[in-house]
Amino acid sequence: MMHDLVLRVVAKLLIPFILLFALYVQFHGDFGPGGGFQAGTIFAAGIIFYGLIFGVDHTRSVVPDCVVETMLAAGVLIYAGVGVAGLLLGGNYLDYFVLDHNPVHGQHRGIFWVEIGVFVTVAGVMLKIFYMFASRGRTEE
Amino acid sequence: MLEHFSYIITVFLMMAGLFIVIARGNLIKKMIGLSVFQTSVYLLYIAPGKLLGGTAPILAKQFTTYSNPLPHVLILTAIVVGVATLALGLALAVRIREAYGTIEEDEILTLNHTVEAAEAQHAEARGGS
Amino acid sequence: MALSVLVLMRERNLFAAVVLFGIYSFLMATVLVALDAVDVAMTEAAVGAGISTVLLLGALLLCKSEEAKPAHRPWLPLTVAISTGALLVYGAFGLPDFSDPQAPIHRHVAPRYMQNEVDVPNVVTAVLASFRGYDTLGETTVVFTAGAGIIALLRRRKKVIVEHEGNP
Repeated sequence: MMHDLVLRVVAKLLIPFILLFALYVQFHGDFGPGGGFQAGTIFAAGIIFYGLIFGVDHTRSVVPDCVVETMLAAGVLIYAGVGVAGLLLGGNYLDYFVLDHNPVHGQHRGIFWVEIGVFVTVAGVMLKIFYMFASRGRTEE
Repeated sequence: MLEHFSYIITVFLMMAGLFIVIARGNLIKKMIGLSVFQTSVYLLYIAPGKLLGGTAPILAKQFTTYSNPLPHVLILTAIVVGVATLALGLALAVRIREAYGTIEEDEILTLNHTVEAAEAQHAEARGGS
Repeated sequence: MALSVLVLMRERNLFAAVVLFGIYSFLMATVLVALDAVDVAMTEAAVGAGISTVLLLGALLLCKSEEAKPAHRPWLPLTVAISTGALLVYGAFGLPDFSDPQAPIHRHVAPRYMQNEVDVPNVVTAVLASFRGYDTLGETTVVFTAGAGIIALLRRRKKVIVEHEGNP
């Protein structure tokens, strides 16, 4: 599969758009369908696609393991951090109304950060799972 | 009958999943069955939330009826959690394969039995000597 | 929708292959679009048809890819499944009709969500991140924990091979 010209060309064409679409889904999630979970899975699927066609080693050099592992934990921390931020600013845990002077803007900001946290975790976990299975297969052969 | 068509489909898929999980010995086949069961649950949640003539729950001025957003939220998270747990189950299957050399449930059980019998015999022999 | 559900019903007989499971997931995504759940359909398409198919194929690569002949006859599971299914269908007739606006699901909390207090047009996002924030935090943690579990299970060990076969 590594030497299939059609696949490589098509993948090169498509992958930037898949990743861009993931980001669009992430940041446009307030107005259209979208959000952290969807964007995370689409992003991970795009990178897995890359990994399937160009090989896992290439993917590892693009998105190294340590980055993925950091993403794994960072997402949950961002999410929890939003909650703590609300707590520090005098509200309840995960209360977004206090994040800005205007409660509605505070909500927007809270949702934004929470979605980022979800995105980072989901993308990280999916990629990590893929890496784990892929590298297992390598050692067996 | 027609009003409950969606439920019947859901139950059908659910039982298909259940049948795979019970009847098949292959662990990966079992995971697929579990996933089919899971998708039927998605349908079970989403279908009652639909309103005929409604649109997706994205607010806009020109629409007045929307489908219920709450099941969508629940199932959205459930899908992602579902794939994570599916991967966990597959990882367990892979480890079992490495330890036993097979992922057929029956063979694993017989292997376990033989190992237990051998250990019991061994302990007996040691106790006797 | 009826058409795709019919295709789904045909699909279920062919559960032998992982690829068919991928097709099944994709059809499920189209059904979800028909049911107005666009967010869910998007996720299902990416996850079900994309990632889980890749994962299942990866697992198949690591294990043997053909299945052994089933040792038992499947009558008992079949009976269990059919009787449970019959019971559930019987129970389903007590549930509200499809697309009944008076059903409890549409009258309980959904109208409050629809008032759009947080001024985010996509209600799914608003409910996900704001109204049910704790819920989503929990889900994120579950995903994280599953990832950590997989790392623990599949990480390469330093050649410590535990022999399970009967050692004399």
